[in-house]
Amino acid sequence: MHISEGVLTPAILGAGYALSVAATCAGLRKMDYSRLTTAAVLSSVFFVGSLVHVPIGPGSVHLILNGLIGLFLGWGVFPAILVALLLQAVLFQFGGIAVLGVNTFNMAFPALLCACVFRPFMGGETRLRMAGAFCCGFFSVAGAALCTALALAVTDEGFLTSAKLLLLTHIPVMAVEGFITALAVSFIARSRPELLLFSVKRKGGAPCGITRPA
Amino acid sequence: MNTWGTMNRSRPAKTPFCNLDPRTLLVAAMGAAVCLSSLKCAVPACAGLALAVALAAASGPPLVPLLRRLAAANFFIAFLWVTVPLTMPGETLTSLGPLAVSREGVALAASVTVKCNAIVLCFLALTANLDAPIIGCSLERLGIPAKLVFLFLFTCRYIHVIGEEWRTLQTAARLRGFLPATTAHTYRTIGNMLGLTIINSIDRSQRIYEAMLLRGFQGRYFTVAELKAAPRDCIFALLFLCALVALLYADTRMGTSHG
Repeated sequence: MHISEGVLTPAILGAGYALSVAATCAGLRKMDYSRLTTAAVLSSVFFVGSLVHVPIGPGSVHLILNGLIGLFLGWGVFPAILVALLLQAVLFQFGGIAVLGVNTFNMAFPALLCACVFRPFMGGETRLRMAGAFCCGFFSVAGAALCTALALAVTDEGFLTSAKLLLLTHIPVMAVEGFITALAVSFIARSRPELLLFSVKRKGGAPCGITRPA
Repeated sequence: MNTWGTMNRSRPAKTPFCNLDPRTLLVAAMGAAVCLSSLKCAVPACAGLALAVALAAASGPPLVPLLRRLAAANFFIAFLWVTVPLTMPGETLTSLGPLAVSREGVALAASVTVKCNAIVLCFLALTANLDAPIIGCSLERLGIPAKLVFLFLFTCRYIHVIGEEWRTLQTAARLRGFLPATTAHTYRTIGNMLGLTIINSIDRSQRIYEAMLLRGFQGRYFTVAELKAAPRDCIFALLFLCALVALLYADTRMGTSHG
């Protein structure tokens, strides 16, 4: 999913950085330090999730989790994913620092959109919540694959078919991600339903729905 | 943890770049990445790769981890090699059954491969000895917002904790006879484990924040690391800049003479 270094043109790299930096600043402005610690641990969950392999048929796919993280962090998903991808670039050479802006935007933007659309479903009845969570996981990965494919296709016409193939090969990943997101959300709804009450805005910046002892 | 994945911070740093200011190294690595990605012609790209190989050789990295890193970086490139030469329209070089391998496709894939490896080698050579706290500290001194650096440092810190938590859950599942397969049971188990990890991590983040408040945290993160730019940093930065500008100049000259 990560685009490697050296593939994209400087124009696209610059555009990716501009968009990601703007959204990251917006995300940081909305968070105080108590939310930042939550963003940091969820960013770690995103990092660890990319090492979790889920079997599908004869092969396996790794989780992406941008949708699930986005659901909890809202705009904070931009700084969280930026940091996780920077660490992946520094520690594993997945992606890279020049393409960091593009990769961050590709992952975080669909996650943010899905969070806006599907958050209202989380407080509702069980079936709606499951459907909303499935769509959140599914469309976050679909959007990420679409953005990645677009970045490739715009770079060079020669990448056009590769971009289409990339999108097609991600369809099973989208489905797996959708199911896993739905099941994880259903588990959270059963054991800690207050974490999913996103409409409750708290003064003092505590994460939505997260209660802190007085 | 430094970029080679070793936890040992007292490891003697022997690269020729270890005496340079980490900020110089980070800016140089970023500059090299941007400059090398913008090259269009083959000769400057190969020269860039040669420069990167020279830097990497000078830094004397452990060979096996280096190859593993390069393999990780080339994973996406391998996908492009499988698809681009076969699907890009152009002059046919050779044909594999019904599929034609185009000259333009091979040229594009090769150029991307050279640039990618040059950037990764450069990055590894320059930043091999920096560990995450030093990178965080340098980023803050380079003007990155304090909140983002805080997020970076805390994520570094908690990746291992969350990873350990996930491994504990996996071990618990395995001890109960869980064998992953493409079944609803597997997906439900992984979903539950993930949900539990998220709940635990959100709870943990609240405890971390409260512990920090108790210790008088006021939104500033202090570091004992001292960063000082020395004359050798200027010399290195100038030489590196000259090399990059020479590559870009050669690329523009060749680009205009060809087209």
